[in-house]
Amino acid sequence: MTRGTAHPWMANSTPETKTAMLEAIGAPSIEALFHQIPADHRLSRPLNLPPTLSAEVALKRHLVDLLKKNASAEDNLSFLGAGTYQHHVPAVCEEVARRAEWLMSVFGSPMSDHGRNQAWFEFCSLLGELIKTDCVGLPVYSWGAAIGHAIRMASRINGRREALVVKAMSPERLGVVKTNCEPPQMASHIAVTEVGYDPATGRLDMDDYRAKLSDAVAAVYFEVPSFLGVIETEGAEIARLAHEAGAEVIVGVDPSSLGILKAPPDYGADIVVGTLQPLGVPMNAGGGVGGFIATRDEERYAREYPTLMISITETIAGEYGFGLSLFHQTSYGMRDEGKDWTGNSVYMWAVVAAAYMGLLGPDGFRDLGHAIITRAHAAARRLDAIEGVRVVFPSGFFKEFVVNFDATGKTVAEINGALRARGIFGGKDLSAAFPELGESALYAVTEIHTEGDIARLAAVLEEVIR
Amino acid sequence: MTGLRRYHAAVWDEPVIMEMGAPGRRGILFPPFEPGLAGASEAGDLIPAGMAREDRPALPELSEPEVLRHFLHLSQETLGMAGISLFGTCTMKYNAPVSEQAAWRPQLAAIHPEQDEETLQGLLEILHEFDLILREVSGMDQFVFQAGGGAHAAYTHCAVTRAYFAAKGELERRDEIITTIQTHPCNAATAAAAGFKVITLMLEEDGYPSVEALKAAVSERTAALMINNPDDMGIYNPHIKQWVEIVHEAGGLCFYDHANFNGVMGKIRARELGFDACMYMLHKTFGAPKGGGGPAVGAYGCSDELAPFLPRPVVVKAGDRYRLDQDRPQSCGKIREYFGNVPQVVKAYAWARAMGAEGIDEASDISVLANNYMEKRLLAIRGITKSHPDNDVWRTEMTRYSFETLKEETGVGVLDVQNRMIDFGIDAFWLSHEPWIVPEPFTPEAGEMYGKEDLDTWIDVLAEISREAYTDPHTVKTAPHNQAIHQLKGDALEDPARWAMTWRAYRRKRAAAAPAAATISAG
Repeated sequence: MTRGTAHPWMANSTPETKTAMLEAIGAPSIEALFHQIPADHRLSRPLNLPPTLSAEVALKRHLVDLLKKNASAEDNLSFLGAGTYQHHVPAVCEEVARRAEWLMSVFGSPMSDHGRNQAWFEFCSLLGELIKTDCVGLPVYSWGAAIGHAIRMASRINGRREALVVKAMSPERLGVVKTNCEPPQMASHIAVTEVGYDPATGRLDMDDYRAKLSDAVAAVYFEVPSFLGVIETEGAEIARLAHEAGAEVIVGVDPSSLGILKAPPDYGADIVVGTLQPLGVPMNAGGGVGGFIATRDEERYAREYPTLMISITETIAGEYGFGLSLFHQTSYGMRDEGKDWTGNSVYMWAVVAAAYMGLLGPDGFRDLGHAIITRAHAAARRLDAIEGVRVVFPSGFFKEFVVNFDATGKTVAEINGALRARGIFGGKDLSAAFPELGESALYAVTEIHTEGDIARLAAVLEEVIR
Repeated sequence: MTGLRRYHAAVWDEPVIMEMGAPGRRGILFPPFEPGLAGASEAGDLIPAGMAREDRPALPELSEPEVLRHFLHLSQETLGMAGISLFGTCTMKYNAPVSEQAAWRPQLAAIHPEQDEETLQGLLEILHEFDLILREVSGMDQFVFQAGGGAHAAYTHCAVTRAYFAAKGELERRDEIITTIQTHPCNAATAAAAGFKVITLMLEEDGYPSVEALKAAVSERTAALMINNPDDMGIYNPHIKQWVEIVHEAGGLCFYDHANFNGVMGKIRARELGFDACMYMLHKTFGAPKGGGGPAVGAYGCSDELAPFLPRPVVVKAGDRYRLDQDRPQSCGKIREYFGNVPQVVKAYAWARAMGAEGIDEASDISVLANNYMEKRLLAIRGITKSHPDNDVWRTEMTRYSFETLKEETGVGVLDVQNRMIDFGIDAFWLSHEPWIVPEPFTPEAGEMYGKEDLDTWIDVLAEISREAYTDPHTVKTAPHNQAIHQLKGDALEDPARWAMTWRAYRRKRAAAAPAAATISAG
C-alpha cells in the first residue's frame, strides 16, 4: 500500500476523515488516544510483516499460487475416510453457505436475524427426524467434542466418573474425549476405559464389556457404524446392560447411514452424537468437521446441555419466531458455574446441513444409503479377490472396510506411496493405531465412487503389490 | 425523524421447512448403478439382521428449486452486517469475497486431512506463514489453529497448563486459575471444565481489580491467570506487567485472551508484557466471517517453554518442505480432530496480507479514533451514560455505556432499544457479558470497516430512539415494527411444557396443549 492511499477495506482511512473525527473530539492526534497504555508497554518499532498485498489482483494470484501446490481429492482418486468423508456437496449447499447475509452475521436479535435462526431450528428439526430425537442442541466443534460433552452430561446426571468407550474408535476422536475427561490428577477426572472388539467380527467384545461394566460407570459409548466400518448389531443388548447398571447410553452415528440403518433410540440410545460433515460440508482439510448432541426432550437431559438451544415460539402477532432457550445454564449465563462451556462453533455448517437434509428428504437418504453400501461392498469384494489382499470384516459394514495387506509382504505406507504416485489416495493406514490388525488400511467408499473407480483401484493395487 | 433512511426488512412469512413440499418430490437424485454393480446384492441383504431402518424418516419432500428458494428467503430475513452492525466484543470486520473464493477452491475444499504431507504443501505453507505473522504480532514462539473458536482456545490454554504442570509434577497442587469479572466468561468456564477451581477478581474504582487483590489471590496453588486487556469497557489495565510478574513469582502461567485486540494491534505485544500465551479470534479480529457462530478459529500461541505441551500436530518447516509434527511426547493431546478450521486460517492469512503491517496498525488507529468519536456524540444523547465516568482516559476500541437514566426516566430499557434499532436497519448492539456490572448496558464497537457516515447514522438512530422514549415510549416498547417478524413472546422458551427445540417436539406439545386450549375457549 502506498502511504496516503486509502485502503479498500477501510472507509475511514482517508486523512480528511481522520482529521474531521479528531477535530470533533478535540484530540491533538491519534497517538494521543493511546495515552492510557504506559509507554513501556508499547511496541517500539513497526511490525515486520511480509509485503502488503492490498491490491486484490495480487492477493488472488498469491493465494491461488499457494493453493495450487496442494493435490486434491478431486484431482486424484481418494479412498480416505476415517472421520472426514468425500461425499457429493450439492451445489445448492455451496450457494446457501456463501450467502453474505448470514455468512457475515454475528448474533443479532431473533427478529432481525429471524431467517438464520429459523435455519438453525430447521437443522435441529431435520436432524431430529433422522435420528429420532425430540431435543437437538446447536452444533459443537466436532464429533469428538460432542462425545466429550455427552460423557460429561452423563456424569453430571448420575454423579459417576467412568466412561466405557469402544476401542475401535478414531484415534483423533478418542484423543479429544480424553482431553475432555481430564487427566487423572484433576479432582473431577472421568476415567475413560476402552472396551475391545471381537477380532472375528469387529463388533464390540461383549465379554470384555460385561466384565468392565459396573455401577461406577456413568456412560457407555459406541458407534454405528464403528470406526472400522462395522455395523454394531448388539446395540440393544449393550444398551439394556448399561441401563441395568444405571449408566447412560451414548451412541455416535454417521447421519449418511440413517436412511437405511436404524436410528439409535430404536436400540436404546439416551444421547445421540455424531458428525455433520457428511451432510453437505466439504472436507476442507479437516476444517469441515462439526458435531451434534441430541436426546429425548426430558429436563433430566435438557438442563445439562452445554450448547445453545433454539426453540420455536411465537411473536405477539402470532407469527413463528425462534429464540434461545435454556441460555442461562450456559457459560454465557453462569460463567464457571455453567454447563461446561459454549461459544462460536460451526453454526454455518448447521445451515448447510439443513439445506442438505431438505434436498435429500426420506427417499434421498434411502437412495444415498443404498448407493454407499452397495458401492462399498462391490469395492470390498473386488479388493478381496486380489491375491494377498484380504478384507478383514467382509460383511456387515456400511461405507468403510478394513483391508489387510500382510500377505503381500508390503507395508501400507509402501503401498499408499505407490498408489499416490499413480494418482490414488489409498485408505488410512491403521498399522500404528491398531497394530493387532497388522498392515491394514481403512478404505472409504461413498456415492461418488463409480464402478470405473473401483476397477482402477483394483488394477493399480494389483500392480503395486506385485 | 427526518434524515434517517427508510427501511423495512424482507418479510416472507416463510413456513418451517417441515411443513413444505409434497409426497414424491425429490431435491436430489443419485445415479443408477452401472452394469457391473447392478447385479450386486440388494442393499437390504447387506445390512445385518435387525439393523435396517423400518420407518421412513419424517423429512419433507421438496424439489431442488423449492429448497434453494426457501433458504434464499431465510437468508434475506437475516440483517447481519448488511445493515450497520457495531457489535462490541465481536469486532465486525469486512469479510472479503476474494478470501471466500480462495477457500472454496477444490485445492482446499476437496482436501482430506489425512492426505500425505507431500500433497498438502501449499496449505501447510500458508499455515506456517500465518504462524510467523502471528508470532511477529504477539512476540510468541509458536501458534496452533486447532481450537474451533475463542472459547476453545481458552480451553486449549487450560489443557496446555495441565500438561505443563503435570510434567513438573505440580498439577495436583496447582489447581486454581485466576480471572477477572470483566474477562470473557469463557475463561472462567473453560478453566472450570478443565478441572480447575476459579477465582474471579472484582473491579475497583478505576475499572479493573487492584494489584493488592491479585496479590491476595495468588499462592502456590495458582496454575494460571487468564485475562482480557483492554476489557470490554475500553479500559487498559496499566498495571498488567506487574500482574504478570506477581503470577510468575508464584509459579503460575499468564494467558492473554486477546478478544479485544483490535484496539491495540501493532501497539503492544503479549510476550513483551510477559505473557506466556495468548489467543486471537481469526473469525473476528483477522477478517474471517463469523457465520453467525462459526466455523471459527481461536489461534493459540505460546512461548518456547510451553510449546512442547501444545496440542498436536504442529506445522513445521524443514528445509523447503512443510510437515505436520505428530511426534510430540509432552503434548496435551487433541483439542479437536485434525489441525483446525483451515479455510478460516486461509481467510485470516489473506486478511493479514491484504492489510500488511501498516494496514493493521492503521486499523487499530481508526478503531480507537472512531470509538472516541462515537463516545463524544453518544454521551450527548439524553439518557445515555458511560461506565466509570471518573476514569477520564480516551477509551480504546470500545466503551461500555448505560441506558440506566433512560430507563429510570422513561421506562424504556436497553432491551427495548435493541428491539427498536433494528427497525432502522441497524443490527442489535451487544449488551454486556454476565454479570451486568453496569445497569442497562450496551457496547458498540466501531471497528475500521464502517465509514464515518455509517457511524453517524448509527448514532442518529439512537438519538431518535431516545427522543421516542421520552415522547412515545409505546412505539419503542412494542418494537420492532419494520422487521421480518414482530416481537418474540419469550414465555414459552423456558417452559419445559412448551419449549421445542425440534419440529417433532413442537407438534407433540402443540397436540398435547390443543384440548386444554379448546376447553378454555369453550369456557
